[in-house]
Amino acid sequence: MLAGLSVNYEEAAAVILFGIGLANLLLQRNLIKKIVGFGMMDSGIYLFLASIGYVKGAGAPIIENGVTHASAYINPVPGGLVLTGIVVSVSVTALMLALTVRLYKRYHTLDIDEITYLSRREER
Amino acid sequence: MLWWQNLPFFSIMLCIFSAAVCSVLPRRAARVWAPSVTGIILVMSVLLTAQVRSCGNSFVFTMGHFPAPWGNEIRAGLLEAVAACVFFAIMLLSVIAGGEHLSEDIMPDKQNLYCVTLCLAGAALLVMIYTNDLFTAYVFLEIMTLGACSLIMAQSRGRTLLAATRYMILNLLGSGLFLMGLVLMYGITGHLLMEPLREYIDTVLLKDGLSAPFCMSVALMSTGLAVKSGLFPFHTWLPDSYTYGTPSSAAILSSLVCKGYIFLLIKIFLRVIGMETVRRTGICNVLFVLGAGGILMGSLTAIQQKDIRRMISFSSVAQIGYIYMGIGLGSELGMIGAIFQIFAHGVAKSMLFLSAAGLSRVSGGSGLFHDLRGAGYRCPAAGAAFTVGAFSMTGIPFFGGFIVKVLLSEAAMLAGTFRMTAALLLLAVSAVLNTLYFLKTVITLYRAQDEPAAQGAHVSSAFKWGMCCFIALNMTLGIFSQPVVTAIRMGLSMFD
Repeated sequence: MLAGLSVNYEEAAAVILFGIGLANLLLQRNLIKKIVGFGMMDSGIYLFLASIGYVKGAGAPIIENGVTHASAYINPVPGGLVLTGIVVSVSVTALMLALTVRLYKRYHTLDIDEITYLSRREER
Repeated sequence: MLWWQNLPFFSIMLCIFSAAVCSVLPRRAARVWAPSVTGIILVMSVLLTAQVRSCGNSFVFTMGHFPAPWGNEIRAGLLEAVAACVFFAIMLLSVIAGGEHLSEDIMPDKQNLYCVTLCLAGAALLVMIYTNDLFTAYVFLEIMTLGACSLIMAQSRGRTLLAATRYMILNLLGSGLFLMGLVLMYGITGHLLMEPLREYIDTVLLKDGLSAPFCMSVALMSTGLAVKSGLFPFHTWLPDSYTYGTPSSAAILSSLVCKGYIFLLIKIFLRVIGMETVRRTGICNVLFVLGAGGILMGSLTAIQQKDIRRMISFSSVAQIGYIYMGIGLGSELGMIGAIFQIFAHGVAKSMLFLSAAGLSRVSGGSGLFHDLRGAGYRCPAAGAAFTVGAFSMTGIPFFGGFIVKVLLSEAAMLAGTFRMTAALLLLAVSAVLNTLYFLKTVITLYRAQDEPAAQGAHVSSAFKWGMCCFIALNMTLGIFSQPVVTAIRMGLSMFD
């Protein structure tokens, strides 16, 4: 068990990062901290993907010196997935931040419980 | 390649490009453009259904120049085509019937942006129905989340903003879990396309039994999609987003967005992992229990509500429970019941949300049961539509909900003793609970008024026509259910 962890330390770190981000996204009351938690969660997943695609001793997947054998290069697909994932999470973060700005302008607080209380009072 | 095999690809592209076009169109033009595109896609889906049915086989459409294990693919069979038909018919009717509310609820300069998000959500829905690639499914899952969130927050009220934030938080959690499961699956298998994945799982991975990472990956993907579709303990985002958005948004969110995620989950279960393996991982049991919890808690909470739209929202929690219970039974018949419930609930729930909006419109804008007395007389079209929807939800014969209950009970009879007892008991109890709150509402709508009610606005003719079409759609689904069930069965057999 522990031997597995020390060999796959990148994956282990990625899962820990994912867990920290998940807990922050769920448990923090401050909206900005929630968004930071979301960012950490996604970074954990990207680290996991990047470590899957990496082959020790292999080069970047661009043909060099006419070597065409696959074993000379790392797997390019996870890199592509990470890039796509980053684009997705940037757009999601932008939307979340825009929502937070609108909520802050309206209620002058970032605490989601307080915002809930204020919005209920406003409706009455 | 035959001409009709291009239809799925072109319907997706049409939807994406019309989102771009809507952003530069003036308000009135965009308000015409978005429903017309929805109508065109509906016609394309009907054509596709007819062709796939007569041909009797599913087909694969290669995107780009790379063949199977590397490239990206679209796949369409009968079930996908029928789902696209039903979903886009609901979308078209929701936009037309809710048009009046849209003009009032959303600021004039934001209305073309609403059409943009509508087209984006439509495109994401189509991709989730047709795609053969798991990572493409993830990307459009997020686009669907963004589109749905914008649909909720189109109205600038404090409660809507808060509902949109809550929606985003839990949906991001769901997407994160789904992505983690997907990445884990890619790490184990090295494939993202559904067919090579299935082959690898069957031939290599399952040779020496289930491994822990594989089970974890399946569990993460199922949990992610369950959170996003509002299964019972994760349903906390659902009532607020449905209650405070504009009626069209509520209809589209409850009938299309949630259902798109469930459709993707069913595709993953049947096409990637295989139902036999899913049963072995024990995920069916978890989904069955959570679905059962949803049925009970959703109905019990709905009974306590004083506002009609909140009551309908909580009834959604219960109805989504039925879908997961059908999946959790783990048999083919259960799956057919679950898919029929996706259609029947989609058609009925969007109609209920829109008719409730019409009813409160003629009652001085209030959604409280106290103010809704006699509303059925003030707006006969909305009253009739609500009654039909309520009958369908309670499971009265000749309506869609009845067929679902028949299919689920049949499936339950074939399951083991414990599941059979639990499922049949639940169906009986939930029928009583549904009757309690839905028929109570119908009676309230047709009660004689004690005092003259507050004079509200009149409803437009587009709303009345929309309601009539919705009623016709519901009755068709209930009375001519056999062709639909046959189509679902044929579609499921095309999955393998």
